[in-house]
Amino acid sequence: MALDKTEVEKIAHLARLHISDAEADEVTSRITDILALIDQMQSVDTDAVEPLAHPLDMVQRLRRDEVTETNRRDELQRLAPESQDGLYLVPKVIE
Amino acid sequence: MIERTIAELAKAMELGEVSSVELTRDYLDRIKKFNGILNAYITVCEESALAQAKAADVARAKGQSNPLLGIPLAHKDIFCTEGVKTTCGSRMLDNFIAPYNATVIEKFNTAGAVTLGKTNMDEFAMGSSNETSFYGPVLNPWNTARVPGGSSGGSASALAAALCAGATGTDTGGSIRQPAAFCGITGFKPTYGRVSRWGMIAFASSLDQAGPLARSAEDAALMLNVMAGGDSKDSTSADVPVEDYTAGLGNSLDGLRIGIPRQHFAEGLSEGVETAIRAALTEFEKQGAILKEIDLPNNHLSVSAYYVVAPAEASANLSRFDGVRYGYRCDAPLDLEDMYKRSRSEGFGDEVKRRIMVGTYALSAGFYDAYYRKAQRIRRLIKNDFVKAFEEVDVVIGPTSPHTAFELGSKSDPVSMYLEDIYTIAVNLAGLPGISIPAGLSNNLPVGMHIVGPDFAESKVLNVAHQYQQGTDWHKQKSAIAAKEV
Repeated sequence: MALDKTEVEKIAHLARLHISDAEADEVTSRITDILALIDQMQSVDTDAVEPLAHPLDMVQRLRRDEVTETNRRDELQRLAPESQDGLYLVPKVIE
Repeated sequence: MIERTIAELAKAMELGEVSSVELTRDYLDRIKKFNGILNAYITVCEESALAQAKAADVARAKGQSNPLLGIPLAHKDIFCTEGVKTTCGSRMLDNFIAPYNATVIEKFNTAGAVTLGKTNMDEFAMGSSNETSFYGPVLNPWNTARVPGGSSGGSASALAAALCAGATGTDTGGSIRQPAAFCGITGFKPTYGRVSRWGMIAFASSLDQAGPLARSAEDAALMLNVMAGGDSKDSTSADVPVEDYTAGLGNSLDGLRIGIPRQHFAEGLSEGVETAIRAALTEFEKQGAILKEIDLPNNHLSVSAYYVVAPAEASANLSRFDGVRYGYRCDAPLDLEDMYKRSRSEGFGDEVKRRIMVGTYALSAGFYDAYYRKAQRIRRLIKNDFVKAFEEVDVVIGPTSPHTAFELGSKSDPVSMYLEDIYTIAVNLAGLPGISIPAGLSNNLPVGMHIVGPDFAESKVLNVAHQYQQGTDWHKQKSAIAAKEV
């Protein structure tokens, strides 16, 4: 399935990636090639087959609703590009 | 000393022939001399390594003794190491100092091993040649015009060049096994869930698995004894009890039924590799094993299904890298959307962005069934092929890779790079344990043999590999750089 540039722009937006005009053609053609590879999957009929989400068919384990983590907020926030008073700072969102 | 196996080094240290500090210094000297050429290490932990080595020597003097005590190891830069830069081969994490240890790292620390440093890798584990790293490509110590394989290329190259005694890697589509094959070492991917993924930066959550790269199957078993185990912090880890993976190494292979997949000896396999593997198989016959041709009829769909599942899961896992809480943030963002888009586009390399795009597309409205769900059904077919095969055979053996290490820059087309993993990928989709061991040379480059077992059959796979290594010496061949002294 071939993609056109508008679709590539739409996917880029969903993934919060910026594809420049200069890159757009190459990215479109590379992704089209990869889609051609994965289209080979359509050659086999799988209607009667159950999807396999987890290799061991495991189910999500549950645990007691008890606090087991220590609060390391200050330590972890030291990694942030910008933070203040326990909050992460980002460019203004609300107009 | 630097070329000895972990098992040999443990004995040597017990007998007082060498101390952990001496051994660590030897490796650090070699890293200083050869890492500039190979680029196998991103970060070298000289001070802390010597401190750990000293602590190990002190512990040994007090009577402590276990196989990994004082052994200098290299860890793929995908494992969080507390206080140490952890980059995942990406500009996105170039400024990231991990605030905690991955469970794998914690386990090696408790075992008294020494961390020499963090090894280079394809960015976010996406690659089969270690050419996509932000820190530059890694070179193969057998021939520095060639790739070491990927994504655990740094670990494989470091071990093959004798810049460590053992190394850790991760394998999502072949990323331990294929570099092990290209670099002439032993590389083992355990059953999915055998090793905890806590602190291991996620690429594809249903496929990723950590494992050892080592000089021998015995060493891989010793390392796996430390790495394996269920972990309450990783809900995808298995609660299966950890065996002593060295216990069954010496079991005779007499009567072992080996499946040889027709599909792994078909078009695309290079002559040199086929010749080496077929010769290697005769060793098993010598030891009393029975070879049997089998079919893995859906193998040809494995790469397609993988390149839906892995990018889809990666697109979800990498969405956390948004410039907000850690990692790269772009300069002077105009608004929040600009910050997300530019941080991610500047922080990620081309291959990562490509895969995120493919994954996003495969999961988007209208395509989820045709792509992601379809791939999951193919995944079931691929697992069923193995389950059926294991009714008739005990292990499946074939080549790890269609050819030996290729030249840097020779595979510019992503799809041709993806086909490098044609024999290894199905094993990740099925969650099975698989090992690559050296089985020959072709044009002076290592050839890897791939041994796959059923779920949680790590002992059996290691036993088969070990017995092969008792009757042959391919695993003792040295790379050009390993043969060089400081």
